[in-house]
Amino acid sequence: MKAIQVYDPPMCCSTGICGTDIDPDLVNFAAMLSQLGSHGIKIERYNLGQQPMAFVQNPAVKALLDKEGAEVLPLIFWDGEVHLKGRYPTKDERPHWFRVALGKEEGGES
Amino acid sequence: MSLPLYQPDSTSSTRFLFFTGKGGVGKTSLSCATALKLASAGKRVLLVSTDPASNLDEVLEVKLGNQPTSIPDVPGLEALNINPAEAAAAYRERLIGPMRGLLPEAALRSMEEQLSGSCTVEIAAFDEFSGLIGDPKAAEAYDHVIFDTAPTGHTLRLMSLAKAWDQFLDHNTSGTSCLGPLAGLEKQRVIYENTVNVLADAAATTLILVSRPQVSALREAERTAKELGALGVTNQQLVINGVFISTVAKYHAGAEKTTEEPHSGERAYDSVAQAMQQRGEKAMNKAAAFISSLPSFQVPLRPINILGIAGLKVLLEGETLECGSPAATTETGSKLPQPKADAFPALESLATLIADFEKQGHGVIMTMGKGGVGKTTVAAAIAVLLARHGHKVHLSTTDPAAHIAQTLDEQVEGLTLSRIDPATETAAYTAEVLAKQGPQMDEAGRSLLEEDLRSPCTEEIAVFRAFAREVGQGKDRFVVLDTAPTGHTLLLLDASEAYQRELERQARSTQPEEVLRLLERLRDPAFTRILLVTLPEATPVHEAATLQEDLRRAHIEPFAWVINQSLLQSGSSDPLLQRRELSEHRYITEVIEKHATRTAWLPWQAEEPVGPEALQTLANSNIHSHP
Repeated sequence: MKAIQVYDPPMCCSTGICGTDIDPDLVNFAAMLSQLGSHGIKIERYNLGQQPMAFVQNPAVKALLDKEGAEVLPLIFWDGEVHLKGRYPTKDERPHWFRVALGKEEGGES
Repeated sequence: MSLPLYQPDSTSSTRFLFFTGKGGVGKTSLSCATALKLASAGKRVLLVSTDPASNLDEVLEVKLGNQPTSIPDVPGLEALNINPAEAAAAYRERLIGPMRGLLPEAALRSMEEQLSGSCTVEIAAFDEFSGLIGDPKAAEAYDHVIFDTAPTGHTLRLMSLAKAWDQFLDHNTSGTSCLGPLAGLEKQRVIYENTVNVLADAAATTLILVSRPQVSALREAERTAKELGALGVTNQQLVINGVFISTVAKYHAGAEKTTEEPHSGERAYDSVAQAMQQRGEKAMNKAAAFISSLPSFQVPLRPINILGIAGLKVLLEGETLECGSPAATTETGSKLPQPKADAFPALESLATLIADFEKQGHGVIMTMGKGGVGKTTVAAAIAVLLARHGHKVHLSTTDPAAHIAQTLDEQVEGLTLSRIDPATETAAYTAEVLAKQGPQMDEAGRSLLEEDLRSPCTEEIAVFRAFAREVGQGKDRFVVLDTAPTGHTLLLLDASEAYQRELERQARSTQPEEVLRLLERLRDPAFTRILLVTLPEATPVHEAATLQEDLRRAHIEPFAWVINQSLLQSGSSDPLLQRRELSEHRYITEVIEKHATRTAWLPWQAEEPVGPEALQTLANSNIHSHP
């Protein structure tokens, strides 16, 4: 895997701690991304509340938003392919991400 | 103690002038009068209110917005209001506007909701504020920028935010951290740095602490002086507004000691005027060390409400009411025709309202209104009376600058006390989140969480949750909540609504019951009783009326109004006090006829009401049996 793109729902920030509730999966995911970034994976993360233009400019994202509404977010892409829709990876899925990212396992549905 | 008169000087004034102080001390009047003075000396002046409940419009008699507006008849003077809600709306529109037609409606709506949170509101206002100071281009057309700030607590927050964000950005290592609405505004960073520097530059910035000859107002000025000094704002001055020297009492300076009857032809000895003057002198003597520690000035008490350009000129330039001057409406020394006590049959005592609360046996009572109207005193008086009637009572405050412990002075059986202290609440919330969420996270997640929790946005959530907690206690006891001045309180209510919407969107929620039910409780007239406290003067009445409309829009109906510190029936023969007393009539009438369903009345007190006895006496005061 070379690149991960994340299209977040409108959030105050990437860990969501300004919201009413803290989602541990979201915080761990944010931390994981920063680790993967340091392993040379290209990380792009967009927040609908702050960078809406990025959602318009990506045809796949735009199409999914038009068809399925805002609930489709977050959208997570692996090398340009939709990998997760509407949720962040769980505790059990995260080790798989690391293995794929470091080239020890093929990508695909986790 | 006699201080020089406050006279702003166009040659020595710094470029930035901040007027701050407790609510109701006259920040708006003094900043307007100063702006007028500098403008009339040929300077180009921008006057800016940072109070979410700004009174600039009323005092200047001009409708203002968030862009500079010229003030008619005052060449060189422009004014604007930084309204946090409008600033946030403008910020939202900048982001959402270009997306219309490009993104589906649902996505736009979710953006809008996210961008209505309290942190966005705070940041948007702060962004405009710091832009005026930290961006050299923003105010280059003006020689002076004068800030009329919100009551202390809110202002301390605003002025410390520049440093808080600057430091947070400094220490933010991950780059993915919680910048909240600041993300993408990294270029603003240099402006925040500049703001911190300009505020600390004595050649550029003067902080004018406005106070009154009152113990609590002077104490707050001293505290603010320290806190802002710690932020580096060290060029400070003190202006004591409303210093009263009775024209009656001064003929009888020794009257108290000699008990000499006044000679015929002189004015009668006037205990009210004498007490008022002494109360002021005592307060100033008590704060003598502080007053002499910085350049201090005074402004005499004026007989009229300071409204309009003409009124403002009276504040710094006009005479005090002279005997026999054309301005005087009364014969020297004679009493104005006193209205009969039954002129206002609708006025109740505070005790009557409290008797109604008791029927319920529990619930929340909140005092709201402009700063300086006596919200803390009224809240404490209610709490004391309820506790003495055998109820379990909790007295608390959302005002970071309130002093309920000092007002209460001693313990009362059945009465517990607390305050929502932003620093304490933030620390407690951070610890709670780390304890609850930490175990579910790996190490990297935990350290990121810790870093993000240091975001200045966390304070907003922590304070909001503390507010919900205090309201929630009203389930099985009385909770009397003294709120911060209007602007701050409005933001808290906005936050409650924004959170409610966010919660409704969420499927799962681990929020405590008290947070989930906050808005429902505030809206339940059987659970929450809101008292709008005011003085019988123009600005506090109109601010409370606007607050009432805002509350109604949020589906919250105030229970009653409380008119505090009324000189009605005081029997004073001092001409200045008589004129003030007479001017009360139209505002009391306005409250009864236009705004309130029920109105309680509290008389002006010769001593600041401190301690359970004084508070109980105050609550029992009744205009219909007043001497």
